[in-house]
Amino acid sequence: MSVLVILEQQGGKWHRMSWETLAAGQQLGAALGEPVEAGVVGAGVGALAQEAAAKKLARVYAVEHDLLKDYTADGYTAAVEALIRKANPKIVLFPHTYQVRDFAPKLATRFNQVLVSDVIATRFDAGTPVFVRLLFQGKLNGDVRVSGTGPWFASIQAGAWRADSLEAGSAPVETLVPPLDASKIRQKPEAPFRESARAVDLTAAEIIVSVGRGIKEKENIPVVEELAKALGAELAASRPICDAGWLPMERQVGSSGQTVAPKVYLAVGISGAIQHLVGMKGAKTIVAINKDANAPIFEVADYGIVGDLFEVVPALVEEVKKAKA
Amino acid sequence: MKIIVAIKQVPIRDSQLRVDASGKWIQEGDLSFEINEPDAYALEEALQLKEKHGGEVIALCAGPARAAQTIREALAKGADRAIHIEEENLNTLDTLGVAKLLAAAAETENPDLLLTGLQSDDLGYGQTGVVAAELLGLPHSTIIMNVDVEGSNIKVKRELEDGWFQNIAMPLPAVLTIQSGINKLRYATLMGIKKAKTKEIKRLTAAELGGAPASIAVIEKIYVPQKTKQAQIFEGDAKSSAAKLVEKLKFEVRVI
Repeated sequence: MSVLVILEQQGGKWHRMSWETLAAGQQLGAALGEPVEAGVVGAGVGALAQEAAAKKLARVYAVEHDLLKDYTADGYTAAVEALIRKANPKIVLFPHTYQVRDFAPKLATRFNQVLVSDVIATRFDAGTPVFVRLLFQGKLNGDVRVSGTGPWFASIQAGAWRADSLEAGSAPVETLVPPLDASKIRQKPEAPFRESARAVDLTAAEIIVSVGRGIKEKENIPVVEELAKALGAELAASRPICDAGWLPMERQVGSSGQTVAPKVYLAVGISGAIQHLVGMKGAKTIVAINKDANAPIFEVADYGIVGDLFEVVPALVEEVKKAKA
Repeated sequence: MKIIVAIKQVPIRDSQLRVDASGKWIQEGDLSFEINEPDAYALEEALQLKEKHGGEVIALCAGPARAAQTIREALAKGADRAIHIEEENLNTLDTLGVAKLLAAAAETENPDLLLTGLQSDDLGYGQTGVVAAELLGLPHSTIIMNVDVEGSNIKVKRELEDGWFQNIAMPLPAVLTIQSGINKLRYATLMGIKKAKTKEIKRLTAAELGGAPASIAVIEKIYVPQKTKQAQIFEGDAKSSAAKLVEKLKFEVRVI
């Protein structure tokens, strides 16, 4: 019995959420009194496995195969399945990345289990784990209890655990070559690409005015543009605004867009779904303007105005101009 | 090609949610419901694929009786027929339970493609499509932003993190989970709404589909999250609250 943490790498580089997930694993292992093991999957991951072995772990598995060079759902499912059958863990943790979302539910199904995704906290009582996760776009939390004999599967939300709380150590590395069959890997991936060079680098901005669904129509975008101009800020948006083509994709902040950490982030008409929050909660000061006092954005905000943005934003423009005059 | 689109009915986006007496779900009595947004994009993608390649679009929905409204809307937008797995207590099932019902219903139709949204706006597990793919033994891909049919294969554009994308080819039949924004949603036409009234909705119960297994993952309790950070809220009319905020930005945050 152990806690097994699946670390994510791409092209020999760690996904930063790997370490946060490992921190969650160490915490869960300590609470359970069980050893913590880690697995890293790919082709030529020996060096990465050695790096991971410098953390406090009972063992690190390097799951190696040429067919794992490029990620595929079928390949990774088979590889991690082989690892789980060998390591026989009680709990398997993943970082809640796009890649994990692509294969971990399939993997859990193969064990006739359910992946509890996007977990922000865990506790263990009455012999089974309780995973806390967000429901209804972050408006509510839910405690999900997992029963049965396991293995139990969970993925960990970005930022829910801190990588700097990781304990150091020295662990043996074991290489596992899973039995993979090229003919059973049905997805044929091509090289990743970006749509276009990013003309807008939001990460360099000191002040960002970001707009969400609350703006209602494309014709209203100038309302927030005015505010950005007055403050000397970059204009950004949540995903739905870019999906609708009201602002270009390169101005999108969130898990599928840019991750920013400006001095001030003004969220205007943004409810604060987790996909957006992960892209901006590193901002020094967060200001939220929203008509819904219960919007999750106020959870992360330092300052807030509950009100109609079409009244508040023009008033703000006027006050900023006055203050600058 | 024969395309099944799995759609879910969820509370409308701006709903004020209250926890019900059981503490395990929300009070549904005073809520309005709509199609889960990513599922609306999946439906639109199915309709566009049918327009391009011919065939049939079947809307598949597991939900209580009220979900019939969302199913009618899918038919009005152009789905040819629908399957409604009518169960009142679906929110007590876990993803495996729901996916088993959907997969069982889909299996009898032998579709070329099973599409669904990448996640639901209520539970947000983001797994139903992937789990159904495994149950059906089909290849899948997730967070899809484009679908091209190339003979007996498809090429899809999968969204990665940080603005990256990747094209992936796979054989049909396949399961895809569709990302919001992949296409432009259509509105139902008056003609469509009229036609929808005569389209077939096949009603099935969970029992008729072999039943759902006992849940492994159970929502024990739902609650309003505890605030970890207390935002300072500026009260008053727009002008006075704006003035207070600007004062903070000028003298404490020092960006003005």
